[in-house]
Amino acid sequence: MSNKPEPASADPRLKLEQVHIALGSTTLVDLDCTIAGGEIFTVMGPSGSGKSSLLAYLGGFLAPAFTASGSVRINDQEVTGLPPEERRLGLLFQDPLLFPHLSVAGNLQFGLPAKAVDKKARIAAVLNQAGLADFADRDPATLSGGQKSRVALLRLLLSEPQAVLLDEPFSKLDTDLRRDIREQVFLGIRQAKLPAILVSHDEADAEAAGGQVLRL
Amino acid sequence: MMLRLATPLIFLLLLVPVLAGIVISFLPAFGFLPALGGNQLTLQWWQTLADVPGITHSVSLSLIAGLVTPLIALILVLLFLASASGRRLDSWTRRLISPVLAVPHAAAAFGLVFLIAPSGFLFRLFSPALSGWDRAPDLLIINDIWGLSLIAGLVIKEIPFLMLVAMAALPQINPEQRLAMARTLGYSPVTAWLKVIAPALYPLLRLPLFAVIAYASANIDVALILGPNLPATLSVRLLDWFADPDLDNRFLAAAAAILQLGVSALAISLWIAGEKLLGWLTNGWMQNGQRRYCEKPLQIVGRAGVPLALSILVMGLLLLLMNAFAGFWRFPDTLPDEWTLRHWRSAGMAIVTPLSNTLRIAVPVTGLTLVLVVASLEAEHRQQRERSLFAGLLYLPLIIPQVAFLFGLIVITELLQWQPGYWLVALGHILFVLPYMYLTLAQVYRRFDTRWLQLGATLGATANQRLWRIRLPMLLAPLLTSAAIGLAISISLYLPTQLLGAGRISTITTEAVALASGGSAGVIAVLASLQAILPMLAFTAALVVPQLVWRQRAGMRDTRDYE
Repeated sequence: MSNKPEPASADPRLKLEQVHIALGSTTLVDLDCTIAGGEIFTVMGPSGSGKSSLLAYLGGFLAPAFTASGSVRINDQEVTGLPPEERRLGLLFQDPLLFPHLSVAGNLQFGLPAKAVDKKARIAAVLNQAGLADFADRDPATLSGGQKSRVALLRLLLSEPQAVLLDEPFSKLDTDLRRDIREQVFLGIRQAKLPAILVSHDEADAEAAGGQVLRL
Repeated sequence: MMLRLATPLIFLLLLVPVLAGIVISFLPAFGFLPALGGNQLTLQWWQTLADVPGITHSVSLSLIAGLVTPLIALILVLLFLASASGRRLDSWTRRLISPVLAVPHAAAAFGLVFLIAPSGFLFRLFSPALSGWDRAPDLLIINDIWGLSLIAGLVIKEIPFLMLVAMAALPQINPEQRLAMARTLGYSPVTAWLKVIAPALYPLLRLPLFAVIAYASANIDVALILGPNLPATLSVRLLDWFADPDLDNRFLAAAAAILQLGVSALAISLWIAGEKLLGWLTNGWMQNGQRRYCEKPLQIVGRAGVPLALSILVMGLLLLLMNAFAGFWRFPDTLPDEWTLRHWRSAGMAIVTPLSNTLRIAVPVTGLTLVLVVASLEAEHRQQRERSLFAGLLYLPLIIPQVAFLFGLIVITELLQWQPGYWLVALGHILFVLPYMYLTLAQVYRRFDTRWLQLGATLGATANQRLWRIRLPMLLAPLLTSAAIGLAISISLYLPTQLLGAGRISTITTEAVALASGGSAGVIAVLASLQAILPMLAFTAALVVPQLVWRQRAGMRDTRDYE
């Protein structure tokens, strides 16, 4: 981690200034906004509208075919020039993407910063809190859909991100499970006071997020 | 930093020896080889070559083998895919492809000898009951003057190669969708396949087919075992001249090597002309709207051809093992009187050095190549660009006849006064191992789901950590498969080992081929069995190790999507 341990500023926020993303001559995204800690900013739009390009741009892996400009600041630190691993932007994908070659604990440990202390104990503690007490040594392939999503969220939070990107993380879940997981994810984000951007095409997501909404 | 060097290093390792080798090969062909007193350019050796008895026949043999082999193999593979896709036959065949592909050419050729020779298994089956023979008939089946058994041996060995290439290429062209579309328009299955899939698949098979043409027209090991003797193919004769104690014949061999280059080039040119002609002829057929064309006969050939070829290969391998353990085995008897370890004992001491040499070369060569290939692919990934030109260049050592550039390489090493031996042989092996390992690994490497890496990055993993902790472990199975292919190729190489080692580095392959004329059947069978078993062990390990390592990880055992 090259980041200096910033004094966790009293008011963490994610600030996008004149973010402009285009594919050829077609403008996909034109955005200017500030997201406060704990706020969930929702970007709605049909597929192909540039939602995913926005997340890819923020995360630092926009394909070279796109052109993008603008400034992205997390807690007043400019991140657009940083490689993805130094931006400290956590990302939840549509799929939980638990590494198939690692155990549940291995996945969580992958998220923990290398210099973290008492790794085993911390992992046990968060698993316990999430109601997954005996899951440390389990093969992720044997987990249910909801359990996988929860482990993915725990892994994200353990990585101590400064902001969170949510790429339709609930879209593949059944309706019941969906509400449940959404609540847990939003709760985790609010408790950690993280600014978040949610990409979705489900109105219910935007409603539950309760923050600003951008329609592409 | 180091990663960036990998791709240029691969270019250097492949291009410099091949191109320099070819250029330098021309010098002795025109009489220039100061070490042997050739100080001026002359056409003398070309005159000598033209006057060699039977040279036209030798050239025709090479040319015919070079054209007929890929033609038969291609037709059978295409018809098989057209008529067997989705059937149980298809999945059995697919499973058999990798293991039989691992069998070295020489071992497959010996297997064929034990099957179809007059004293071979086939004749024993029919004798004396049907044929009435109680002694092996005096027929010239192996080494027949027209090279038919040579072509047969090449065809059965090239079919698994083309099958593998075709199976890897097919997903790129959406075969199910195309086929479904044609079927709903009323086309019968085989006709539909030939009209809508074959034309899209063929371009993806071209380079591999050129490699088959080059190999079939210029190979030495199979031709030594199965090919005609009087006269032999051009490649075999030129190796004889090269090895002749009369050093003047080195000039003749050099001229013949350039001729060989021309013959292979001519074979490829004729093939390309054939492509054009066929394209022109079938243009109307493609569009004539006929929905059904010889469906039944094509289906029968398609479903029988490839499985038959594979059965012959497998049968040959079983016969290698049988012969390796056979005691006294009188002619019409189907099975030997007794089983014995005698051949292993008599081969015993003689095997140790070749076996250790084989491994001493194959293992480091494969390991080093694997590192190079991964480094190059990783650099490509990090720089976010694919090199389409690269694939064409990778085929260079496979499309240019080995003899043509190896001769030049030897001249260079003599000029530099490098001693032929282990290092040169190992370097030479990299030339042939690298393309195959690169081609097999590149696809899986590039198709790796980048979300895993993006996820790793958002969790704070650096590029190196993403490589070591995510990509490489998740690609364990294909990495091992690629290594197994590398080992198999290295184990099977005859000519580079023989020439670059100046005959002093003996491997099980060079030993087996050396025994081809006049060795004891039992000892040949022992060596050829070893030749076949070693690569199979490597492939088995490549299958079993990931299963063991990931026995607790169901997600890693199911994701073998590259099959």
